Amino acid sequence: MRGAGMLHVAVATRAFRRYSTYRAATLAGIFTNSVFGIIYSFAYLALWDANPTAGGYDAQDAVTYVWLGQALLMTIALWGGGATDDLAERIRTGDVAIDLYRPVGIVGWYLASDLGRAAYHLLTRGVGPTLIGLVVFDIALPRSSVHALAFAASLVLAVVVSFAIRFLVASTAFWLLDQSGVKVMSGAFAIFFSGMMLPLVLFPGWLGTLARALPWASYVQVPADIWLGTHSGTGLLAALGFQVAWAVVLLAVCQGVLRVATRKVVVQGG
Amino acid sequence: MASPQPARHLRTYAQIAWLWIRAAWQYPTSFVLLAVGNGLITGLDFVGLWIMFSHLEDLAGFALHEVALLYGSASLALALADTAIGSVERIGTYIRTGRLDQMMTKPVPLLVQVCADQFTLRRLGRLTQAAAVFGWACTYVDWSPLRVLVAVSMLASGALVFFGLFVGFSCVQFWTTDATEFANAFTYGGATVTQYPLSIFPREVLVGLTFVVPVAFVNWYPCLFLLGRTDPFGMPEAFQFASPLAGVLTMTAALLVWRTGVRHYTSTGS
Repeated sequence: MRGAGMLHVAVATRAFRRYSTYRAATLAGIFTNSVFGIIYSFAYLALWDANPTAGGYDAQDAVTYVWLGQALLMTIALWGGGATDDLAERIRTGDVAIDLYRPVGIVGWYLASDLGRAAYHLLTRGVGPTLIGLVVFDIALPRSSVHALAFAASLVLAVVVSFAIRFLVASTAFWLLDQSGVKVMSGAFAIFFSGMMLPLVLFPGWLGTLARALPWASYVQVPADIWLGTHSGTGLLAALGFQVAWAVVLLAVCQGVLRVATRKVVVQGG
Repeated sequence: MASPQPARHLRTYAQIAWLWIRAAWQYPTSFVLLAVGNGLITGLDFVGLWIMFSHLEDLAGFALHEVALLYGSASLALALADTAIGSVERIGTYIRTGRLDQMMTKPVPLLVQVCADQFTLRRLGRLTQAAAVFGWACTYVDWSPLRVLVAVSMLASGALVFFGLFVGFSCVQFWTTDATEFANAFTYGGATVTQYPLSIFPREVLVGLTFVVPVAFVNWYPCLFLLGRTDPFGMPEAFQFASPLAGVLTMTAALLVWRTGVRHYTSTGS
C-alpha cells in the first residue's frame, strides 16, 4: 500500500516536471489569462454598476470571481486536456494495452499524473494572474484562514471532479477512436455550467437550480464562493460535501466504464 | 500585368483544404460532434449574454439587440478568419517537428500551406450561430443603402483584421516555438472584447483598441453608424467608415511580420 502511494507521488512529480519544461508557453498563458481577466473585469464592473446587487455579489466580489475563474481555468483544465489527453491518444494507438497490464489501476495512475499537472498550473497559471488581479483590480482575499484552507481543499476536489469527467470523455475513444468531438462538447458544457462564463448565482430560476446541482458547479462556482466567504459553518461543509459526493460518484463511474471498455479491448485482441 | 498567381494559390489552398475535410470525415461521429460542439460553445456564450441582460436594462448604454449586433458581427468576422486560416496558430508545432522544412521544399507559398493545413469545417458551427445572432440583430437596424454597404464592408474588413491578427501574432512562434497562447490574447481576446460595447472600457483601452490592436474597427465603429448612435468617446466620425483601411493595414503589417519571421527562421533539425 505504501509502495503504491510512493508510486503515485512519483507519477505526479514527473507530470509536474514535464509541464514545467515549457516556460515560454507558461508565460504566454499567464499573459493571456490576465488579458481575459481584465476584459471580463470591465464587463462585470459595467454589469454591477447597473445592478449593484446582482446575484448577491457586490462589484468587488464580481471582479474577484473573474480572476478566480482565470486562475482556475488551467488548473482544472476546463477545456479538457491534461493527463486524460495522453490516455485518449494511447487508446487510439492501442498503447493502452500496456497501461492495462501494469500492476496499478489506470484511474489512479492518470489521476496522480493529472494532479501533478494541476499543481504546476496552479503555481504558475493560477498564482500569476491572481497577482495581476490583486495589483490592477484590488480583488478580495479569503476572509479567514479557515476559508483559505477550505478553498485549498475545494480546489483539489475541483481537479478530481474535472479529472473524472475528462477521464470519461477520453474513454469514449474506446468506442469512437477519436475523443475530440466529445471533448469539445464536454468543454462547452463545462464553460457554461461551471460558472466560468458567468457566475451561476446570476442564472435565473430552474436553470440556476439545475446548474448548481450539476458536477460542473464544483469547478469554479463552489471554490469561488468559498473564497468569497459566501458559506460558513455547516454551509462550508455542505459545499465541500457536494464536491466529495460528485468526485466519488464520478470516479466510480470511471471504474465501471473502464471495466466495460477493457472487455472490448480484449475482444479485439488488442 | 494581372498574373494568375493569386487564383492559382487559391486553388491550391482549396485542394489542400478538401484533403483535410476528407481526412476528418474518416471519424464521422467526431466530425459532427465537433461542429455541433463549436456551435454550442458560441451559442451558450450568447445565452450568457442574455442571462446578463436578465439583470440589466442596458449594458453601458446599449440594449440587448444592440449588443447582439456587436456580438454577431464580431463573431462572424472571427469565424470567417478562423475557418480560413486558423491553422496558422500551429506553426510552433510545425517548426518543432520539422514539418515546416518539408513545406518549404514544396512549390506552394508557405503561408498558403500553413493556413490550409489541417483545415477544418468544424467552425461551421460558430459561423452558423454567429450568422443567426447577427441576422436577428439586423432586424432592429433601420436600413439604408449606405448602411447595407457599411455592414457588408464591416464583415469583410473585420475578417481581414482577424486574418492579420492571427498571422501576425502567430509569427511570435518563429522566435519562441511554444508560445502559441500569446496570440490567443489578441485573436480570441480581440473577439471577446468586441462582444461588448466598448463603452464599458476606459478611454485608454479604447485608444489601444483603435490604434494598436485595431479590433475596434471590426465592429464597434461601423456598428455605431448602423445603429445611428453618437460615439460615446467622441472619436472622429470618419472612423465609422475606416474599417476597410484598418483591415488592409493590419493585413499588410501581418504579412511584413510573416516575411521577417520566415527569413529569421532557422530549422530545428540537424
